[in-house]
Amino acid sequence: MANIVKSTDGSELVTSSGERLSGKELGTAVVTTDAFANPGLPPHRQRVTDTNPRRLARAARIVAWLFYLSIAGSLFTIFAYMFFPIEDGDTTSLRLSTLYIGLGSAFALLAIGVAAVHWGKAVMADKEGVDERHPVRGTPATRERAIEIFKEADEESGFSRRTVIRNGMIGAFIAFPLPAIALFRGLAPMEVDPNNELKHTFWKEGLRLTRDPTGVPIKASDMTIGSSVHVIPEGLAELPEHEKLDAKAKAAVLLVRLKPEDLNWTSDKRKSWSYDGIVAYSKICTHVGCPVALYEQQTHHLLCPCHQSQFDISNECAVIFGPAARPLPQLPIAVDAEGYLVALSDFEEPVGPSFWEREK
Amino acid sequence: MTVTATPPSGGVTGKVSNYLDERTSISGAVKEFGRKIFPDHWSFLLGEVALYSFVIILLSGSFLTFFYQASMASVEYEGSYIPLKGVEMSVAMASTLDISFDLRGGLLLRQIHHWAALLFIAAIGLHMLRIFFTGAFRKPRELNWSIGFVLFLLAMAEGFTGYSLPDDLLSGNGLRIIDGMILGLPVVGTWISFLLFGGEFPGSDIVGRLYTLHILLLPLILLALIVLHLMFVIIHKHTQYPGPGRTENNVVGYPVLPVYAAKAGGFFFLVFGVVVLIAATVTINPIWSYGPYDPSPVSAGTQPDWYIGFADGALRLMPPGLETYWFGYTWSWNIIIPVLVLLVFLALVFAYPFIEAWVTGDKREHHLLDRPRNAPVRTAIGAAGVMFYAVLWAGAASDIIATHFRVTMEGVINTLQILLILGPIFAFMITKRVCLGLQKKDREITLHGFETGRIVRLPGGEFTEVHQQLNDYDRWQLVSYNDNAPIMVRPNERGKITGSMRRRAAWSRFFFEDRIAPVTKTEHKEALEHANH
Repeated sequence: MANIVKSTDGSELVTSSGERLSGKELGTAVVTTDAFANPGLPPHRQRVTDTNPRRLARAARIVAWLFYLSIAGSLFTIFAYMFFPIEDGDTTSLRLSTLYIGLGSAFALLAIGVAAVHWGKAVMADKEGVDERHPVRGTPATRERAIEIFKEADEESGFSRRTVIRNGMIGAFIAFPLPAIALFRGLAPMEVDPNNELKHTFWKEGLRLTRDPTGVPIKASDMTIGSSVHVIPEGLAELPEHEKLDAKAKAAVLLVRLKPEDLNWTSDKRKSWSYDGIVAYSKICTHVGCPVALYEQQTHHLLCPCHQSQFDISNECAVIFGPAARPLPQLPIAVDAEGYLVALSDFEEPVGPSFWEREK
Repeated sequence: MTVTATPPSGGVTGKVSNYLDERTSISGAVKEFGRKIFPDHWSFLLGEVALYSFVIILLSGSFLTFFYQASMASVEYEGSYIPLKGVEMSVAMASTLDISFDLRGGLLLRQIHHWAALLFIAAIGLHMLRIFFTGAFRKPRELNWSIGFVLFLLAMAEGFTGYSLPDDLLSGNGLRIIDGMILGLPVVGTWISFLLFGGEFPGSDIVGRLYTLHILLLPLILLALIVLHLMFVIIHKHTQYPGPGRTENNVVGYPVLPVYAAKAGGFFFLVFGVVVLIAATVTINPIWSYGPYDPSPVSAGTQPDWYIGFADGALRLMPPGLETYWFGYTWSWNIIIPVLVLLVFLALVFAYPFIEAWVTGDKREHHLLDRPRNAPVRTAIGAAGVMFYAVLWAGAASDIIATHFRVTMEGVINTLQILLILGPIFAFMITKRVCLGLQKKDREITLHGFETGRIVRLPGGEFTEVHQQLNDYDRWQLVSYNDNAPIMVRPNERGKITGSMRRRAAWSRFFFEDRIAPVTKTEHKEALEHANH
């Protein structure tokens, strides 16, 4: 292994036999004159179809047959399309139609594929070839001419010389796409301030809590201990479809009833937002906004199925596991004269994922 | 100009060829490329699978555009899928259901499109791994690696935009998560979200916008880059595995016409056939069982398509409580950190060829591939990267793992959090040792031959197993690899050692310190003499 002495920066290599390898290009690579020599291509090995004419004839027959079978497959597909219609509302007919059209065309395609590959591998002449490679860079003459062309062009245009023109052009090129950026401001409505939108929901004082999606109002007496109900504000179900989804994306609430003594409160104010063990929390995860829809009755935990954040209802929906950073916002609720649950106000903080200006 | 036109011979084919050539000069291209040699190896087919999947996606996708309507206007579903009859949904969802239930072959085409898309991204990923582990990204192919990397990102973007188009419950939740991530970005997040969704989430614009991206902008860029990618393959000529007769200055293989055309062309039909077969028999993305998007319901076990898993996993593996309020603004570290981690990971993937080129300082062209064992540190880095990706990916399935194996979710996530840090380190160390071990084995076989299993008794009574030397061709396979040694820092012409020289030397030590040099002729001769002793 000591046949090679490597110079300091890899710029030159000296072998023990005293031969110098010019190695500016080598870097860390070690090249030794004591290496084995490439033995050259191994002798060509004949295929069975080269030596046995019957096998060759058989391979050729298979290839031909496969192409004809492929035609049959394509025709079968068209027949399947015609004779296996989808009957209205009948999933079996859909399944059969899909299956036969699919199987027919898959067969037609695979037959072509197998035939072509088999043709190439077993029947076509098995002649390996060798191509020479040339360096990717252009020949010295080409490169010289390229440089010359640029020089001539520079000379003739005065690109380097006429700096005022050149700088003006560069400036113009930088400036001209800018209006396009301005145009894209139109992607969102002009008059709406995202900050404001994200901080308010459909809830307001006096709105009844209603069931999602029917919109039937909920009485406090409907809520047994341990029950949970998906809630939307009164009036939301009547909105036109799109406003409905936008409003629901922020206003969805989960209503649960626990034994009042199971609920721990940090302040009397927060306690006053509940009614006899009934609490309402935003269903929109404070992580990235999935609906926190899984309620575990025994532990009073809420689980977000998207990223497994867990919130503890007994402790004001504090985060007990997962990537979420903030508790779910609580909707202040009370009971109206007829015994229905109503909101006391909108949420006191923005619901859903955090955003930059949230605290502003 | 006088041109002596040779009268076309060979009947119709000759006439047509002549007609074309006189108008397009096509004979030049045939002369140039018709007998071009392509080397053969199964691993070279991975890129082909990616290319062919893309063609299948274009074909099936074009069909779907004739029937799909990218509108979020609301309609009552009146199609033939009974469970959803009368349900309010977007036109996008309704038209996707119509394609699935009322159009013959529609479901098949939808499933071909989806399966081909999954295959496309998988094939790109495997193709990249092949390129990485064989060192095919070295000079002169660094730029083509960059192009391929961008193609990988674009493919994922195509996947995600397409996934969102049916406007079903699952994809709506996917968009909700993206919106939540965008909102969490500092300074610009809120506005980007608003501009993207045309107001608040979900709004009524996003599907149309994603559609334009999905069928126009992204495919256009993708197509242009694929053309560029393949042009580079022609300019560089394909790499080849090392072997007897193969050198840095040649390509050994089969000519485009006819063998390679038959095999590669046939392979397109094989890939297409397999995709159609899967699409005909295996359901993918049954949006009818999810129902239309509604911000309120979500079911347990929600999963993105597999290729987004690593990003979702990064979100899931964040420990709780990472959010701060500085200067009156909200810094959502539980979003910012995973996004940064992913960006750094991707940036490293992108930059690796340039990093390695800097460390080795090797300016030669490399057309012979490395066997992974012969570049132990590179292979180990690759294994570490794969491990990192795999842990993130497993993170996206944390809940499924917990329910299937009946373990706690917290336990799964905490384990994965630790694995995310330690896994790549272990993967690195183990892989490097395995590579070095394999190299040592190669040396041993070269020097002492392989065991024949033939035991002979020597005149003195000693038993010994006969070893047989390799033949020239097999030996060449084991001794002909790129060997690198660490650089020693020595002062430059001005007698100085710069910081960059020191850093490069340190990195070269990291890469090449544990080095198993290939067997030399002298070593081999000495070993032979010793054996015959």
